[in-house]
Order: sequence, then C-alpha cells, then structure tokens
Amino acid sequence: MTRPARSIAAGWLTPSYLAPAILLIVAYGVVPFAGSDYLLDAMLTPFLALALAALGLNLLTGYAGQVSLGSAAFLAVGAYAAYNFNLRLHELPFLVSLVAAGLVAAAIGMVFGLPSLRLRGFYLAVSTLAAQFFVQWALTKFEWFSNNNPSGVIDAPPLSVAGLTFSGAAGRYLFSLTVVAVVTLLAIRLLRLQVGRNFIALRDHETAAKVLGVPLLRTKLLAFGVSSFIIGIAGVLWAFAYLRTVEPAGFNLDRSFEILFIIIIGGLASIRGAFLGAAFMVVFPLLLSRLGAALLGDVFDSGVLEMSQRIVIGALIIGLLIAEPRGLIALVDRLAERVLRRSPRWFRRSTQF
Amino acid sequence: MFDYQFFIEVLVGGLLSGVMYSLVAIGFVLIYKTSGVLNFAQGAMLLFAALTFVSLAERGVPFWLALGTTLVIMVALGVAIERTVLRPLVNQSPMTLFMATLGLSYVIEGAAQLLWGTQVHGLNLGIDDVPFELGGVLISQFDLFAAAIAGALVTAFALFFRFTRTGLAFRAVADDQFAALAIGLRLPRVWAAVWTAAGIVALVAGLLWGARLGVQFSLSLVVLKALPVLVLGGFDSVTGAIVGGVLIGAIEKLAEVYVGPFFGGGIEAWAAYVVALGFLLVRPSGLFGQKLVERV
Amino acid sequence: MRLSRSLRAAALAAAIGLSAALPAHADEQFFPLQSYRVGPYAAGGTGFFGGFIDYLNLINIRDGGVGGVKLAWEEGETQYEVERGVEVYDRLKNHPGVAAWNPLSVGIAYAMIDRITKDKVPLITINHGRTDSTDGRVFPYVFPLLLNPYSETSGIVNYIASREGGADKLKSKKIVVLYHGSPYGKETIPIYKLLADKYGFSLEQIEVPHPGNEQQSQWLSIRRAKPDYVVLRGWGVMNPVALKTAQKVGFPVDHIIGNVWSNSEEDVIPAGDAAKGYVAITTQASGAEYPVLQEIIKTVYGQGKGNLDDKKRIGSVYHNLGIVNGILNVEAIRIAQRKFGQRTLTGDEVRWGFEHLQLDPARVQALGAKGLFHSINVTWDNHEGDGRVTFQQWDGTKWKVVSDWIAPDWAFLRPIIEKSAAAYAAEHNTKVRTSDETPVSQ
Repeated sequence: MTRPARSIAAGWLTPSYLAPAILLIVAYGVVPFAGSDYLLDAMLTPFLALALAALGLNLLTGYAGQVSLGSAAFLAVGAYAAYNFNLRLHELPFLVSLVAAGLVAAAIGMVFGLPSLRLRGFYLAVSTLAAQFFVQWALTKFEWFSNNNPSGVIDAPPLSVAGLTFSGAAGRYLFSLTVVAVVTLLAIRLLRLQVGRNFIALRDHETAAKVLGVPLLRTKLLAFGVSSFIIGIAGVLWAFAYLRTVEPAGFNLDRSFEILFIIIIGGLASIRGAFLGAAFMVVFPLLLSRLGAALLGDVFDSGVLEMSQRIVIGALIIGLLIAEPRGLIALVDRLAERVLRRSPRWFRRSTQF
Repeated sequence: MFDYQFFIEVLVGGLLSGVMYSLVAIGFVLIYKTSGVLNFAQGAMLLFAALTFVSLAERGVPFWLALGTTLVIMVALGVAIERTVLRPLVNQSPMTLFMATLGLSYVIEGAAQLLWGTQVHGLNLGIDDVPFELGGVLISQFDLFAAAIAGALVTAFALFFRFTRTGLAFRAVADDQFAALAIGLRLPRVWAAVWTAAGIVALVAGLLWGARLGVQFSLSLVVLKALPVLVLGGFDSVTGAIVGGVLIGAIEKLAEVYVGPFFGGGIEAWAAYVVALGFLLVRPSGLFGQKLVERV
Repeated sequence: MRLSRSLRAAALAAAIGLSAALPAHADEQFFPLQSYRVGPYAAGGTGFFGGFIDYLNLINIRDGGVGGVKLAWEEGETQYEVERGVEVYDRLKNHPGVAAWNPLSVGIAYAMIDRITKDKVPLITINHGRTDSTDGRVFPYVFPLLLNPYSETSGIVNYIASREGGADKLKSKKIVVLYHGSPYGKETIPIYKLLADKYGFSLEQIEVPHPGNEQQSQWLSIRRAKPDYVVLRGWGVMNPVALKTAQKVGFPVDHIIGNVWSNSEEDVIPAGDAAKGYVAITTQASGAEYPVLQEIIKTVYGQGKGNLDDKKRIGSVYHNLGIVNGILNVEAIRIAQRKFGQRTLTGDEVRWGFEHLQLDPARVQALGAKGLFHSINVTWDNHEGDGRVTFQQWDGTKWKVVSDWIAPDWAFLRPIIEKSAAAYAAEHNTKVRTSDETPVSQ
C-alpha cells in the first residue's frame, strides 16, 4: 500500500503480484491434495474464516480508527442470517444467501455503529459491547432464529453452489479459500478508492478530515457497514464451512477479543497483517499444545500443561507487543528487507505486495 | 395497583448491588486516570487475590496473616506488572496497551490456577447474610457491609491522594502527564504506586465478590459488570465510578423487574449498556469524565 | 564394501524390528477424551474424566482389560469450548480402535452429531445432550444415557409430588423455575408448561442472564411470587449465587430443587452455609462406600495410578458420574464382544453393544455398584435406557440421599420426543429405522 498509485491494468502485470499469485497457486493446487483432513478441517478452514473476520475488523479499526469489541456478534449475525435465508427461501442460490447475510450483518453493524458519531476511543469500544451482548441475547431468546430448535443450535446444510457440492474437508477448504480471496481482493480495491482514503483521514485526524470535507457521518457508518459485511461473511464460513453446528454461546466476548488480538498482533492497517495474525492465533496454540504434550506429557497432567500454555501465550503476546508494537507484519517486513538487501532487484520488487 | 414497597425493595437492592460494581470500576479508573490504560487484567487480579487469600486460609493461616500476605503479594504483583509490562510499552497506543493487559490476564489466570488449582472454594468473611426488614423493605446485611467497606476504601484513597506527596504526584500526573514530567516527577514511581493501589482494590473487591459468588474462575467475569459503569461515570473519575455504579445497579434491577417481562426476561446483560449509551449521546464523556477538546 | 553392506542390513533389520514393535498393542480399544481441566468448568471436568479414567484403569489392572482387550485413552484439552472440542475430534478420530466419544459438554456433543454419524462411532452424552436423540430410530449413534433433559424435568416434578404426598396435591402449588439464559437453560420450558397443565400447578419461569453472578432482581420477583418450590436449572457460578441470594431474600433452601447441572459439590461449596439443606436430582449417588469405589481406591490409587490429585474428591458427584460412565462404556463393549468376538471392535459394533446395554439391579450389584446407580435398559429405539433418579440433600459437608429411586414419566414424554425426532429426520433427510435389524445408514 505504500507504492505510488499506478493504473490497475498495468498493476496486474507487474511482478508485485507474483508473491500472492504463487501463494494462491499453492493454496489451490497443492494444499487440497497434499494436506490431511486434520490440517484442512482443524487448521486451515478456521484460519481462513478468522483471517477474513480480522480483515473486516481491520478496515474498521486499523484503517478507519474506530475500535470495536463486538466482532463476534457480527459473526453470529452472518451465520444465523445465512441459515435463515437458506432455510426459508429454498430457491435462493447459496451465494445469494451468503451476500444477503453479509448485508444483514452490515445493517446491524451500522445500527451499532451509530454511537461512533458521538463517542470515540474506549467509550466507543465499550459501547460496542452492547452489540455483543444484545445479539447473543436475541439469538438465544427468539427461537425463530434457530428454527425453533429447543437448544438454539443450527445445523448448517451442505455447501453447494451452482450444482457444485463442496463436501469433505478439501471442498470446504476450497470454498472458504475462494470466498476469502474474492472478498480480500474487493477490500484491497475499496481501500484504493476515495472511500479508503477517507477512512484513513478519519483515523489520522477526525477534525482535520472534517475540515478537508470528508463526510464524517457517512464515512463512519460506511466503515461500520463494510466491516460488518465482511465479518458477517466470515461468520457464514465459520458456521457453514468450519463448525457446521453452531450455537449463540460460541460467539462470545472471547471470540471478539480473539479477532482484535489478531489484528493487533498481525499489524493494524495491513491486509497481510490480518492473515499473519490469524495464522499466529490459530496455529500457534495448537503447535504449543502438541509440543507440550510430546515433550512433557509424561511428566505433567494435561491440566498443568494447558495452564502453562496459557501463561506462555499471554507472555508471548506481551513480548510481541513490546518487541514490535506495529505487529508481526512489521517484524516480517524488517526481516525481509534484511534478506532482500542482498538479492537481485527483480526479486525485491516481486515480493512487496 | 403499583406496589411501592416492592419497587423500593428492588431499588435498594439495586443500589447496593451497584456498590459492588463501583468497587471493581474504581480499580479501572485509578489506572486509566494516570496512564491511559484500560486494564482488562483487573478481573484476573481480582481472581488471583481472592484465590490466594482463600488458599492460604484453607491451609490454616489465620485471617489477618492471610490478608497481610495476600496484600504483600498483590503489591508485588502490581509493581512487577508496572516494571515488566507497562514500562516497556510506555508511549504506545491505548489499543496496544489494552491488548497487553489482555495478554496479562492470560498470564495471571494461568498462574493463579497453576499455583492454587482449579477447585472452587467457599469464602466466609464472618458476616451473616440474613436479611432484615426496615419498614417492610428487605435489606441485606452483607450488602450493607460491602457498601461500608467500599466507602471506607474510597475515603482512604481520597485522604491518601489529598494529604500525601505520592497522592499529590498522582493528581499531577492525572492532570497532565507532560507537565508532571517537566517539573521532575518520576512517572514510574507514580505508576508503581497506582498499580499497588489497583492491587489493593482487586484484593478488597475479590474478597467481597468472592464471598458472594464463591472463589472460582468466573470471578474474573465481574469486570464485565464494571464496563457500563465506566461508560456512564467516565473512565477517569473515581466519583463517576461510584455514582455510575450505584446508578447502573439500580437501573439494571428496575429494568429487569419492570421492563424485562415484556421481552421475556434476561435483559440485564445489555440493559445497562443501552442506558449508559443513551446517556452518552447527551454527554459524550460520561457523568464526570473530562471533556475532550479538539484541536486541528 | 562388505562392511557397508552388512551395516545396511543391520540398519534394515533394526528398522523392521522397530516398525514391528510400534503397533504391538494388537488388541486395544481406544477412548478419545475431550476433557476440560482448565477454565470455568475445570472442577467438573477433572472429576468426571478423573472418574472415567480411574474406572478404565481398574479394568486394565484388575481384569487385564475387557475380554483380554486393553483399554487405552488419550486426552485433548477443550476448556469446554466447542471449537477446541472439534479440533480434538479431528485430531483423534483416525486413531485405531475408537470405541466411543464421551465429551460431557452439550455444545461439543451437538457439533459432533453429524460427524460421528458419518464415522459410525457412538457418542455418549450421559445425563445431558439432545433430548430427541433418545429416539434411536433417528439417531442411531447418539446415546443420552440414563437421563435426558425432559425426563429430568419429569423426575423433579414427580419428586415434588412425592414430597407433597401425591400428584393430586400439586394442584394448589406454585413452582418457579429459575433457568440459565442459554439454549441449555431454555430447553425444558415447554415441558414444564406441559407438566403444569397435566398436574394443575401454577408455574412461573424466570431467566437469569449468563453467567448469573447477579440475581437480586430475580429473587426479589420470586419473593413476591411466593412459590412453594423453586427449581434451579443452573449452570456454573449461577448455582451458588442463587443459593446465596435465596438466603438473602429469606427463601427456604430446602424448597430449592437443583437439576442435574446444579447437583455437585462445586455448586454448593461456594455458597457456604446458605446451601445447607439444598436438594438436587442425581442419577448416581455420591460417596465412596460402594464396592467398585473401594476397589478403585485399593487397586488404582493403591498403585499410585489414581487420576484425581486431591483424594478427598474420590466419591464426589462428578467423580462418581465418571465412574458410572466408565461402567456403562465398558459393559457396552463387553456385551458387543459376546456377539462379535473378543477383539478390538469397530465403532459400529460398539454401537450394537450400547443398543443392548441392559443392566438390571442384580447385574449392577455384581459390578459393585449397588446403590451407586439403579439400572439401565437401552434398546435400539430407546437410547436413554430408562434411568432412575434419586434426590440428595447437602448437609454442609456432603450429599445425603433423601429419596427412593424415582421413575420419570417416560410414557408421557415419549410422543413428544418422537415428534421432535421426526422433525429432525425430515429436516436432515435421515432414514428412520423400523427395527433392530434395519441396517444403519445415513
């Protein structure tokens, strides 16, 4: 994002798209065939869903500077909305349900974004908790949302788009990957438009932005809307591709914090940061627990190990914030720069995206 | 026919519950006021304090000794947090600091359970909780006691900040960090004092809440009760925390009893936020919060 | 040259020896455990999984396994979170010889129903879980053993009736149900309504928002309503707070009846004296005086292989629930072995064992569990197995049984369960089995 703007048509052809292109080729061409079900189902699919949610929150918090602690609520709205569209309007193609669910989440997000017009900082952050608690309450309270299931649980139907059924671990992964790739691309495009620049102006100095003629009200609500739209879509992936059975309790405050963690750890105002942060938050605890069990499993019981991991993760988060408050992405960039200083020029250009 | 007696009973019960919210909120305010950190680890500190006290008491340590030991541990914890977490992060954005305290809460929760186990404990402070009636209105003895303790704590802090050098430094830092720094105040020392104070608040709140809920993991969730109080009262006002807490307590209970039935009950979880928000739309920095001045 | 060749041969031999040594546990039945020893519900998790593991250990040490087949297990920590439970499932599902899943978590159990049905491995949700999975015709692999939420409700009402001197005495009574504000808490709302209509008692159901650490307004409402009984359908911290707040408003604690998630030591100890006299439902008595527990203490703990860190918790509610769960799992395997042979069974064969899990009081006594639990009678279409319930009262230090073994009104509940199961079958295009012999398919 730091490169000078250039025409899109030319942009597509430059080597700066090489790295993401290679990543995508590996993600599509190699991973589904080489990865085990465990890797796909338990690591990559939740990683994709969380990364998308983090991307959504990053637009709001990282780019537009509005802090939200209610992300999990919008995940829930997306999941339950898609479920109901799918259930009640049978003839609706799934992709339409998906987008409609995002739109519902966007609408709810804009409502809960209204306080941003008067509040900022932690006052705003805490008031977004209202969304968190209200949505969970409403989904539990009104049984209509879960089709009168006495337990408030929804079972997601199998994924199928235009006659293609995405069953099995690889299918669900590929579906998620496609949705995430498309939405990410759209988000990048959006940030290059005037709207994106307005977001950043709003974040950097609200009053100055106002003086410069940025429509504050519209921009703020738009930020909440777009962010919630993306988080809502992530919620659909979470419910339909990853867990496949969800209950309102799964979208609790801890989940909201997790998403916030992802963008802070990964790097605010960075698309890649959302992905790096999500990888860290999803993969690292799993690795740590497997490592702990393998090395110390015979010495301590699983409870002791688990609590030690909690301490390690907490300490690591603090350590990371101290070492690099701008997040993993800044760390990675610094590292890459050091390596690249000794590499040919074309390669250098190809890796900055 | 409106049942006034019942109304007053709910109101009084709510006001007294509110005092308990204030107690947690004060811990937040102390730290926010001086360092701009929303310390989410307050709940974990509360759990840690209560768990340490109860575990000592259950091992046969006499009450006052256990209290003293826990106090010393909490002070040490407060100072250690300031040294290892806050000082290296000085001048970072509020969001980064908030996240660091979230990480901190993981560490403290893990350590508390690793040290003392995951068992639940009862905590008896020796106050009977049998109700008594005052003009037909039921009043809880324990709640009155808790209110008295909270009152004493706030008075003690007020005196401390009014009449001691550290207190004066605290107020100077709260008013203007840079000015305080310019006249040669040592910020780290003030911060250490503040984190110590937060540790003491955590201990008192932990014991009182622990006596109500039992000492167990869920104790750390009481911070959620303090957040709407902060929004209503202002993040940087001790008075706001007290008045806000009492108001939120009363509003929450009245809403649940009188408005709840129209929604099928259980609205307490968000009613407090809605009320606090509605209020903020009128006064964006809370009841007693400092007004922000914008400059271009 | 020759040297290197012989070296290579030696290496090859070593490799073969190693690979032969690795899968040496030829006959082994595996229990993947989605345990939770950390987090808000750790106390229940350590007790339940501790008891389960203690019983499996007893069978291995005392009997050398079931019919010569050793029992094995591996734990994966879930912290009671659905996502982590699913991760553990994905990690352990391909382990050879999986017998059954026992998550002791409603949320995790729900998330697993489709998955285990596809994998054809039984899912045991003792005392909890999805009520309509009692209907084995629709849910061939799910077993809410001993008790489901509906029969729990009926058991509680029957107990209140017995305390009042008969069902006809319920007519003039008023019952308040205080439920946790979650899907779990709300699940029994319609059943209480039905039972109120049937017996003519008046009913009020009041919600406590999660987590339930503040109940002032609810209990003031209860005080105003002046009910004869309060049923506590609680969860976690909500239970001790309910008991404490009841004391605060002067409601008599022995007229509060706890449900199956409000019946453990962890629910009453934090409430201190306020809990003294509180009554709760249970499917298994607590205490360590039963022969099976004595054997566990002697054989397992005697060898230092006991799972509980704190030996005082032996015989606690969750520990005994874990032991009963162990008995039921092991007996299902034993019954299935009689049909399929003494070897490692497939999940589907273990399912057959559960569907023929019939332990009459005489068999329960032979297992050393007389008085610990009553009996069970699982059939292909009744996956709950008509468990009896009893009621225990907290005396300040331990639970004491204060009732007979009470039978819920199964005949009354069955049509409701079948209706709900039929709706599930329709929504999921599930084939409904029509007899024991119907091959299980999805």
